[in-house]
Amino acid sequence: MLLKELSSLASPLSQGQVEKLKQLTSELSAVQLAWVSGYLAATANAGQLAPVAQVQTAQTVTILYGSQTGNGRGVAKALAEKAQSQGYAVNLASMGEYNVRQLKQESVLLLVVSTHGEGEAPDDAIELHKFLASKRAPKLDNLHYSVLALGDSSYEFFCQTGKDFDARLAALGAKSLLPLIECDVDYEAAAGQWHADVLEAVKPLIETSSASVVSIGTAKAIGESEFTKQNPYSAEVLVSQKITGRGSDRDVRHVEIDLGDSGLSYQAGDALGVWFSNNEVLVDEVLAGLSLAADELVTIGTESLPLKQALVDRKELTQLYPGLVKAWAELSGNAELLALSEDKEQVRHFILKHQFADLVTQYPLSNNSVTLNAAKLLELLRPLTPRLYSIASSQSEVETEVHLTVALVEDERHGAARFGGASHFLASAQEGTQVKVYVESNKHFRLPENPETPVIMVGPGTGVAPFRAFMQERVAQGIKGDIWLFFGNPHFEEDFLYQTEWQQYLKNGDLSRIDVAFSRDQAHKIYVQHRIKEQGQALWQWLQNGAHLYICGDAERMAKDVHQALIEVAVEVGGLNIEAAEAYFETLRSDKRYQKDVY
Amino acid sequence: MSEQKLALNEYLKTDSDYLRGTIKEGLDSSVTGSFSDGDQQLIKFHGFYQQDDRDLRNERKEQKLEPLYSFMLRARVPGGICSPQQWLGVDKIASTLTSSNSIRLTTRQTFQYHGIPKRNLKTIIQDLDREALDSIAACGDVNRNVMCNPNPVESKLHEQAYAVAKQLSDHLLPHTRAYAEIWLDEEKLLTTEDETVEPVYGKTYLPRKFKMAVAVPPDNDVDVYTNDLGFIAVAENGELVGFNLTAGGGMGSTHGEVETFPRLADDFGFIKTEDVMKFAEAVMTVQRDWGNRVNRKRSRLKYTIVDHGYEKFKAEVELRAGVKFEPKREVVIGDRGDRYGWVEGVDGKWHLTLFIESGRIKDLPGQTLQTGLREIAKIHKGDFRMTSNQNMIIAGVAAEDKATIEGLARKHGLLGQVLTQTRGHSIACVALPTCPLAMAEAERYFPEFIDHIDALQAKHGISEQAIVVRMTGCPNGCARPFAAEIGLVGKAPGRYNLYLGASFEGTRLNKMHRENIQEADILAELDALFGRYAVERDAGETFGNFTVRVGVVKAVIDAAKDFHG
Repeated sequence: MLLKELSSLASPLSQGQVEKLKQLTSELSAVQLAWVSGYLAATANAGQLAPVAQVQTAQTVTILYGSQTGNGRGVAKALAEKAQSQGYAVNLASMGEYNVRQLKQESVLLLVVSTHGEGEAPDDAIELHKFLASKRAPKLDNLHYSVLALGDSSYEFFCQTGKDFDARLAALGAKSLLPLIECDVDYEAAAGQWHADVLEAVKPLIETSSASVVSIGTAKAIGESEFTKQNPYSAEVLVSQKITGRGSDRDVRHVEIDLGDSGLSYQAGDALGVWFSNNEVLVDEVLAGLSLAADELVTIGTESLPLKQALVDRKELTQLYPGLVKAWAELSGNAELLALSEDKEQVRHFILKHQFADLVTQYPLSNNSVTLNAAKLLELLRPLTPRLYSIASSQSEVETEVHLTVALVEDERHGAARFGGASHFLASAQEGTQVKVYVESNKHFRLPENPETPVIMVGPGTGVAPFRAFMQERVAQGIKGDIWLFFGNPHFEEDFLYQTEWQQYLKNGDLSRIDVAFSRDQAHKIYVQHRIKEQGQALWQWLQNGAHLYICGDAERMAKDVHQALIEVAVEVGGLNIEAAEAYFETLRSDKRYQKDVY
Repeated sequence: MSEQKLALNEYLKTDSDYLRGTIKEGLDSSVTGSFSDGDQQLIKFHGFYQQDDRDLRNERKEQKLEPLYSFMLRARVPGGICSPQQWLGVDKIASTLTSSNSIRLTTRQTFQYHGIPKRNLKTIIQDLDREALDSIAACGDVNRNVMCNPNPVESKLHEQAYAVAKQLSDHLLPHTRAYAEIWLDEEKLLTTEDETVEPVYGKTYLPRKFKMAVAVPPDNDVDVYTNDLGFIAVAENGELVGFNLTAGGGMGSTHGEVETFPRLADDFGFIKTEDVMKFAEAVMTVQRDWGNRVNRKRSRLKYTIVDHGYEKFKAEVELRAGVKFEPKREVVIGDRGDRYGWVEGVDGKWHLTLFIESGRIKDLPGQTLQTGLREIAKIHKGDFRMTSNQNMIIAGVAAEDKATIEGLARKHGLLGQVLTQTRGHSIACVALPTCPLAMAEAERYFPEFIDHIDALQAKHGISEQAIVVRMTGCPNGCARPFAAEIGLVGKAPGRYNLYLGASFEGTRLNKMHRENIQEADILAELDALFGRYAVERDAGETFGNFTVRVGVVKAVIDAAKDFHG
């Protein structure tokens, strides 16, 4: 049997272990595989293989993460490393890989989980999240736990999934080691503190022993680069080419970046983290609005640098957060803003439509005693955070390049142009512009291992990016199986991203089908979900044939509408009732046949 | 005879199942705005061409977008007459279903739309159908839109001539139901024998396009001699009695290929009105059977006549028609221009001819031509007549309605412009950016070029003399440039061949005077010639005749020998 066909049903391994084995072996060459098989056989015969399956869970710190963008995984991984270095036996796993039947045996469970959209759990956390709320959930009187929740306070259901886990574990009788930690987008400091606090709290519960370290999944994966979010690689932009037509009302860029000899590697489905600099014009506007001097020396951490540079390279200017709106309301004393800042929903709406520069110009600090000095300004502003873009290329095709599909976020307010920080940076980039990047792996968005498995891709707008990577990967591997793309955008003539490439893939038989929805080309709006419904019969047949289904793009509306359309197909074509249809896609999800990369 | 390899289009026609091809499948393909290569030839028979915005080709390639494809659809409007109701429909289509938001009057008395996305084609054809209009055979290797002098002044004679034009157009339409099936969703009937499906055309239609015109002397606005088949009306006591038949005209040629040339039609003699269909069918079927199907560049009727000989061709036509030609009647044809402004007809109705520069009906600041015609259509009780000079006649206006119509025309900039004689007699083809054949600008540049001509005529004091100036972006001749006193035919961006020496009336071709020159050279050349013309011309002598008389160019009498000679 091929490894890629291995499942937990056909082996003594758990599904999680199977996944890890697959993951590890997928990165090995034929020679390496042969060596490993020989090595393992010899060790097993000698009876010296570490007893992974029999690890006494009671003596193990189990760290689980539910992570969509990789931040949660990073926090969990760092905790695992710290715990190991202190001598704990650690079992680190994604919630999606974790066997829920093991819960009863756990004594210490540390969770890191993020929240998305309207308080939703990340894909790999959905199953565990549901299980804990279900009747099947066991009593957990012997369990000690702590939850670190990641979130974005600009959303209404801030850290909701983390709150849910905390509440459910408590309800099942588990004892909380620490109060729930709720982290905002600048989570690093709080996470570091939690690492220290929680390991301290674990100390009386679990023995440490340097002999019993189990480091499942924490080994540095082969090919993993030294470049990380905190230590990004300074790459060069090769091309930033507009790929919407002249008549389009949106500016979408195809950006090619040279990874040079960084050794950075990625797989189709991964994302690229991009650090960017704020636009100098914007920074100047803020400085002028606050009557602050560009060259005033300020301190960030231990570093001293001119204020302007601090604002360009270190501080978040293009995304507001509720705390800043509130602080600004108080500083400016503006009655309207004060009233608004009391209403969560209004704030949420407000920060989608405003940037810090808008606060400065529209709600100026009036002539009363309030002045804002540079230090106070820096205190108000959050640190700059990188943005993640789904990678639009495969290294099998582009080698040391990485391609992105970037929609320029642009708006006009009171005559002033406002741009998204990273998209503007990338759209304005010239050949040779330096950009700091790192690869954010996304294991939850991977082509099927079996090349024969049919693939359905739903990627309207820039959501099409990873599917370009999928196609490049399949073509490089010579895969000719069934693969079907749903794409949508406003206008056929102007917004058909990578049109000529899709045409070529179709012509060569690399792409089997494409269905397009151009919403504004006729009186009534047509979106991908409408095409999905129109093609329900064929789509259902593909699913019956084992197709994997991928959705990439807007989480707020598109992914939900597409999900709804899929449910309707399952009901109308598949003859299921609504509950059965939901369960059907739930099963697809846990079988990793329904994968999402939505934002 | 050994099997000869025919022109590619011949096989396409044969295999098309009477012009169906895979047009339906092409319409359903949503990943491209284009049709397959083969279907691109077949759609012409359905009235439209595939084009793309050539200005944007390179830019879109970098944008990973296919060329900005769109379609030009030309309607079939025999004699160029349509009702106000129809015009409102035509106007609405332009405003809602085309990206050019405009209507263009052609040099063959019909209108065409530019910038139609593929997805709108079917809707447009169905909308036209609701207005009793169609685009069948507006392009392709068939009898194209039949022209007819639209001058309604001699109302009775015109009416009789128009009836013949309409009959010719309807009678010689392709009979295939492909158009009805593909565009109007009519059911497919069982295919029967070739003779039943296309009694005149057969499976492979004609070797090439076929153009007809009906002229009503003394006007020659339809440029009758430039047509494959022409009928010059002969009247007795104001009643139509028959026609002088002309055949073998055509403008198209290819730069640098002397075996191709423009040609004016030969006179064949007089035929009675009741024999018109017999003769038209005879000429068409001789061309169908004798025409060159190997080399499309040599496949027009003009070459058939040249290659087989005038007498042999004439005898075959008489044989097929079952009637002999009578000696041609004496008629005088003259002006190819339109009569601008108000003219009163013999029936007391009034007719207003509006100058439409390059035929482009579009709303621009201060010149809301499209709105103007729409407003007129809403109240007009007569009809609209498109002229072969790309102008529009508001015909059949009662005396009491004149002021209202004129008021609207003035308000919207359709009337009131100062029009020089030469501008009023001049036309240009569409060319860049949409026409795939164009090598140089025409319509976009032409108004500016005529400004220069006007200035030169004024400089030499010859402004009162109308000169027929025509410009095309290529030598295929849509604006009939080889029948112009000053013909400019595009060679490359900014470069034209300069042709001189055609007669004012359209009875003699011009001849190349300078090759591949730019604006400055063209104007310098004309400056000098206008200077001589002002001083040396005989009384009443037209510019074209002058250039021949003084030997600037040799007269073209027999095009096959003289045009390149």
